[in-house]
Amino acid sequence: MPFAIERDDDLLTVAVDGQLVVGNRQELKQLVLDEVEQGVRRVLIDFSNGGYIDSSGLGALVSLNKRIREQGGELRLAGLNDDLRTLFELTRLDTLFHLYGTRADALVGF
Amino acid sequence: MRSLVSDSGSGAAVPCGEWTIASDIREIDRVVLAVTTLCEAAGFPPKVCRLNVPVALTEAIANAIERGNGGDVARSVRVMARIDEAGLCVEVTDEGNGFDLDAARALATEDGWVEREDGRGVFLMYALMDHVETSCDAGHTVRLVLRKS
Repeated sequence: MPFAIERDDDLLTVAVDGQLVVGNRQELKQLVLDEVEQGVRRVLIDFSNGGYIDSSGLGALVSLNKRIREQGGELRLAGLNDDLRTLFELTRLDTLFHLYGTRADALVGF
Repeated sequence: MRSLVSDSGSGAAVPCGEWTIASDIREIDRVVLAVTTLCEAAGFPPKVCRLNVPVALTEAIANAIERGNGGDVARSVRVMARIDEAGLCVEVTDEGNGFDLDAARALATEDGWVEREDGRGVFLMYALMDHVETSCDAGHTVRLVLRKS
């Protein structure tokens, strides 16, 4: 299972293990949207154990960000290594997302 | 699927491989892993092996499957990779008629691109490779080139 989830009230934490790519991005989207449907409003996706992300994976994050905001919630991303930060900077997605060094950092004030 | 080391004619071993897969996105990972492994063995920098090669190649194969072959599993995608002293050259060939790579790349200059769910794949191929080109002969081919240094 590339996505491990923990739920605490309206907070959902998703730990990504490995790549987020065209082959599994739909699984992540559905998993998070199902939880949003059940009342989750704060979503933290932790890439500490993540691999690379392709354009489909980035697109899934953009889509989730929009859907969560529409429900009055917030999406935060944590644990991005230098490679992933490069990817977010190249695509200017660092301007769209809140990026945090660690899961603990992301939980401050969340 | 095969991965091998051929002789370049100069006596030097040339890592290369050729894979033919069905138009199924679940097939992408194993080809990407095989090419990345070739690059690691050939001494490409770790970041290139972790990011540039897998992301750009994933984009090229996904485009071949979804755009080129229209997701028709009866159509195949061929991937040929070769590493020599200059660097890596990967060709991804589908059975379609190709698409306008420049137009897809230009999406990145449009207003609202950052908020779009799609439209980053071709941009990333260009951003992460040294050279990208296409040709249409027996199928549509995208050629990705990455210099070693």
